[in-house]
Amino acid sequence: MKRKTSALTPLFYVGPAVLFLLVYQVYPALQTIYLSFLDRRSESFVGLDNYKYVFTSQVMLRAFKNNLLWLVLFTAGTVGLGLLFAILVDRVKYERLAKSIIFMPMAISFVGAGVVWKFMYSYKPAGAEQIGLLNQIMVILGFEPKGWLLENPVNNLALIVVGLWIWTGYCMVILSAAYKGIPKELLEAGQVDGANDWQVFRHIIIPEMRPALTMVTTTMLVNVLKIFDIIYVMTNGNFGTEVIANRMFKEMFQYANTGRASAIAVVLFLMIIPIMFANIRQKLKGEG
Amino acid sequence: MNWQRLKSRMPKIVINIVVLLSMLLWIVPTMGLLITSFRPASDVVYSGWWTVLTSPLKFTQYTAENYQAVLSSGGMLTAFRNSFIITIGGTVIPVFLAALAAFGLSQLHFRGRGFFYALIVLMLVVPTQMTFIPVLRLYNKLSLSGTFAGLWLVHTGYGLPFSIFMLHSFFQGLPKDLFEAAHIDGASIWTTFIRLAIPLSVPALASLVIFQCLFVWNDLLVALIYLGGHESVAPLTMRLSSLVGSFGQDWHLLTAAAFVSMVVPLVVFFSLQQYFVRGLLGGAVKG
Repeated sequence: MKRKTSALTPLFYVGPAVLFLLVYQVYPALQTIYLSFLDRRSESFVGLDNYKYVFTSQVMLRAFKNNLLWLVLFTAGTVGLGLLFAILVDRVKYERLAKSIIFMPMAISFVGAGVVWKFMYSYKPAGAEQIGLLNQIMVILGFEPKGWLLENPVNNLALIVVGLWIWTGYCMVILSAAYKGIPKELLEAGQVDGANDWQVFRHIIIPEMRPALTMVTTTMLVNVLKIFDIIYVMTNGNFGTEVIANRMFKEMFQYANTGRASAIAVVLFLMIIPIMFANIRQKLKGEG
Repeated sequence: MNWQRLKSRMPKIVINIVVLLSMLLWIVPTMGLLITSFRPASDVVYSGWWTVLTSPLKFTQYTAENYQAVLSSGGMLTAFRNSFIITIGGTVIPVFLAALAAFGLSQLHFRGRGFFYALIVLMLVVPTQMTFIPVLRLYNKLSLSGTFAGLWLVHTGYGLPFSIFMLHSFFQGLPKDLFEAAHIDGASIWTTFIRLAIPLSVPALASLVIFQCLFVWNDLLVALIYLGGHESVAPLTMRLSSLVGSFGQDWHLLTAAAFVSMVVPLVVFFSLQQYFVRGLLGGAVKG
């Protein structure tokens, strides 16, 4: 039932929210597009110069490359592990406990997680007593200790592992709910027909979970493009670990270049659009 | 519950080993942090935290000094208070406004309703990065940067699309007859909102509150952008990230500070996990 009312009533209910959205989202987003065509102090028009910087400078190319690495490994890792855990924890008696533990990093801040892992990765030269667990394991196994956050390219992988540690639990919780929603008869029918585990997984579980998988994958893709805190806290983009969002922050505050920072933000937005578009198309296909 | 839904040919022992190893992998890093935060500085530098596991009950090897140090000189106490203030305003305002808007959107008939809904969905997609510079300029003009009020409002602006979306889908699922009955009984729209919609949506509101609380409490980026370098208003996340720079290798202090920042979310998480998960699943509807 939708009531007919005076014009003032809806204004009272949705007005404040609309005002906030206009002031904090719509107007600034449009303004940022405009600023991306102006110079560092927003004084004169510079055409596409800022975009030329975004797409040709060494630092930005590095950031794109790293974000691409994140995009592939982080997304595949979180969704893949999340799916694996969703299915595996369903078969153990301590399911709740297992889920709580794997989901726990979602509750703490990325800064906190950054400190947790910086400590895990901490490095002392060979021969000295290691205080980072990972290097201690390296030493026990007979390898040289490694500067996990200092050496490229391994430092990018080390950072992505932190991302996986944080976000896998999120994927697991969503996918677990979807997995439990698959009718039991469907799974049993597959087995009665003599399908093996892999066939059941490939032909029953995956298609049944497609909407949840799409949703989780989309969320992870968008997350990864905006990834900031982990890098800011652990390496601040040094040693070849720069990413787009961290670069924007630097352009904004360290170099006070409004034009470039705005252009980076616009490009970030443009990169998210195809992901959302694919998501919506997938959804329509699913419903159609 | 109904574990063992799928009779697998994969031996149960293999599944158990994989799950137990994963649990270990997920809990060990945090455990290392917690143990280190209770060890004296001299021990932390010379030996790994795992060495305490050989005699975990030898209590002389633990100390609370690190916590005393970070709480008194590390500015963590002020930061703790600031996080609280920021989180309360940054949660109450957006959730209240979102409840109003979601109610209006699902129960009232007005022109521009479709447009408003489309706007919300669009704003779910636009990265906040798109808004930083203009909003910061506005804040500098209005002297709102570096203030709690400024941060409350900005968290409201950023949190609203998701909050409205989630509550709207919840309101849509409430039985329509109830609202019609209230209308026929002569209840005003406000009464319907306060006496009917709000009490019915307590589970959804609780999820949203927890979700937004954790989100604001854990936020670093928004605080960095709009608080500038003002130490006096910096929340825990900001304080902790600057300690990473200044304490560098002083792991005994850094781990204690990190744990102080994690205590509240962990307590909230373990006591209200059901609501948090429900909130996630509610948000997942948007997929």
